[in-house]
Amino acid sequence: MTTVARDPVTAADPEPPPTKPAAGPSRHRFRAAVGFAFGAALLFAVAPLMLSDFRLSLLAKYLCVAMVAVGIGLAWGRGGMLALGQGVFFGLGGYAMAMHLKLADAGPGNMPDFMLLYGQLDELPLWWRPFASPWFALPATVLLPMAVAFVLGSLVFRRRVRGAYFAILSQALAAAMVILLIGQQGTTGGTNGLTDIQGFFGYDLDDPVNQRMVYFIIAGTLLALLALTRHLMQSRYGELLVAVRDSEERVRFLGYDPATVKLVAYVVAAGMAGLAGALFVPAVGIISPALIGIVPSIEFVIGVAIGGRATLLGPVLGAVAVAWARTALSERFPGTWTYLQGLLFVVVVAFLPGGLASLIGLARRRDREPADADPPAGLFARLRRRREAA
Amino acid sequence: MTLFRGRRILAGAMTLVAVAALAACGSKTTDENTAAGVSADVSGDTVKVGLLNSLSGTMAISEVTVRDSIMLAVEEINAAGGVLGKKIEPVGEDGASDWPTFAEKAEKLIREDRVAAVFGCWTSASRKAVKPVFEKNKALLFYPVQYEGLEQSPYIFYTGATTNQQIVPGLDYLKAQGAKTLYLVGSDYVFPRTANKIIKAYAEANGMTVLGEDYAPLGSTEFGTITNKVKSSGADAVFNTLNGDSNVAFFKEYKSAGLTATSMPVVSVSIAEEEVKSIGTQYLEGQLTAWNYYQTTPGAANEKFVAAYKAKFGADKPTSDPMEAAYVSVYLWKAMVEKAGSFDVEKVREASDGITFEAPEGLVTVDGETQHIAKTARVGKVGADGLIAEVWNSGQPITPDPFLKSYPWAGGLS
Repeated sequence: MTTVARDPVTAADPEPPPTKPAAGPSRHRFRAAVGFAFGAALLFAVAPLMLSDFRLSLLAKYLCVAMVAVGIGLAWGRGGMLALGQGVFFGLGGYAMAMHLKLADAGPGNMPDFMLLYGQLDELPLWWRPFASPWFALPATVLLPMAVAFVLGSLVFRRRVRGAYFAILSQALAAAMVILLIGQQGTTGGTNGLTDIQGFFGYDLDDPVNQRMVYFIIAGTLLALLALTRHLMQSRYGELLVAVRDSEERVRFLGYDPATVKLVAYVVAAGMAGLAGALFVPAVGIISPALIGIVPSIEFVIGVAIGGRATLLGPVLGAVAVAWARTALSERFPGTWTYLQGLLFVVVVAFLPGGLASLIGLARRRDREPADADPPAGLFARLRRRREAA
Repeated sequence: MTLFRGRRILAGAMTLVAVAALAACGSKTTDENTAAGVSADVSGDTVKVGLLNSLSGTMAISEVTVRDSIMLAVEEINAAGGVLGKKIEPVGEDGASDWPTFAEKAEKLIREDRVAAVFGCWTSASRKAVKPVFEKNKALLFYPVQYEGLEQSPYIFYTGATTNQQIVPGLDYLKAQGAKTLYLVGSDYVFPRTANKIIKAYAEANGMTVLGEDYAPLGSTEFGTITNKVKSSGADAVFNTLNGDSNVAFFKEYKSAGLTATSMPVVSVSIAEEEVKSIGTQYLEGQLTAWNYYQTTPGAANEKFVAAYKAKFGADKPTSDPMEAAYVSVYLWKAMVEKAGSFDVEKVREASDGITFEAPEGLVTVDGETQHIAKTARVGKVGADGLIAEVWNSGQPITPDPFLKSYPWAGGLS
């Protein structure tokens, strides 16, 4: 995966130099295709051959976190929205999937085990019922988080809530969702969350072969999301997003609506987090409030910061690196690993402000601008020209 | 641009095909060879056991003491020659007070380290998270903490109290003392909510009235409102299922509101000697707790346990009920393995019924059917020295009844 980041377009530059718009891309395209193929080979061939079943299932978990990170990279790295509440969308996706799987495990007409235990309900609550159908539950894992993000985003971006206020608001949302879930123990499983998920659309999740299948689905989805994000970043919309990040007022004066630009990135990021949550459930077999509250929401962002927020692959590398370091350190030093992890964060942030992605491209890009400093030369001029032409 | 788009679509299509092809490799039927559990590695001179406790996060303060007492038992057993001639090699993992981490570490201990048994977990949420892991891999967990009952997994041995060995006797004691009205205060998670459901059912059947029920989020320190409600309710007693730091704030607030152990006693089920130390004896003196073991419990086995623990971890370190249950769980596993003559999980389970052990809390017996253990219930009063002195006990070990089947009033609970 590391080699993929060598691609200069994906790694750091928000935009190829504007003076030679036609010359660069064909080479970049080729490199991107090679990088993509290399990443696919690594995820689909090398990892399954090298890792034990247990380690592969851990990698599946890390890749789910990486999906959330890709979305945060878009919303925060490119759009400047510090989304500190992505756990909410991860949770919505996860709970939607887990509710469907729990109902499928229980069988038609039956109630999930925990409801009989804690709920004292005679029948399934109304809001659980649609999730019995995969045709509702599967789209819901993505559309539900996107809808929530749309409503929230429409409200706050129009009112020009940004910076720390936006971050605090998204944190509050994560806290509120956790309190809601814990309070409704009878219908949500409370602090336990939804656990003991046995099957995945007819496949027995206890079987290592099927666990492997879940891993492949997750790896494929992550690659697809990366391709989508690369497309978004390189499109005109991607330029506009960076422009909004760097100077919202100037973009507004040029006649664009910054609120809509931000809303799109925020909603897309929410959809990615929802999808990640949905795939996390069959991979790990549990979704609980502990996975979606303030602390995990911050941990998602830490991974992105460590990896390099404005790049395409930085968030993926960072998320996987942080999750892997967490596992490796805690296995090696069960008593002291939290200190080591903290130290690692401090060292990376202090010495590599551009994240791990900048380390990979360091030798070649020493003389260039850091990944998310000023907007690329001529960005605003180009936006103005486009606006005038339109 | 068209070429570019074409390639991307091609790449996307190829990915989808690859994923679909690989996904199709999944098998609908369960193959016995792949799905069966990994057996413990007992080929060497040692046998590995897993220690799964939170060493970081909010639960660390409690769970580290449990880890210490498991280590004490392991060392004692090793010094006496081990189990079936093999020395126990403990493998520690940090559950980090995070339920999915517990599941991950449990899987690691079973599949990578191939341990013969795992000892640990504290909160019900962590137990619920690891339960499917142990069942899937057919591996053994020894769970040492009192809990809300209503559970019986074939791969878990519950060495702490279930509700009929702690909460119900606690209520019996209050009833005998003449309490007619109760106020329930608890942390907002599964144990208090389920415990309170049981308490309400008991109260209804025994002519007691529950005047109020309040929950505070785990870790909350805001108890002004709740204390006022408790005070104005005028209840005869308070049943407290708060966990962790919240107890500190609650009891300080309780005292400053002018409530005392004589005017309105509080029965707690999550406050043991360690917690008394951290809350402060001045706030707790005279209040009641319900457990199965206190540091002051008489008997030679306990004197030996307390002395060994203090010698190893420090004279100021108290011993408590969950620590004792964890210590006992290692000895019970040893006895089961020796009776079975094998580390094989199924053979150990078969051998478990009727295993007895002279524990620090008194004689305990494993009930093979429920995989819980028969324990003596005890109610104690916090003394000025910070220790808890027993004021009542059930006289004999109570047979575990996790689903409260023998209690008519509990019919609607499970």
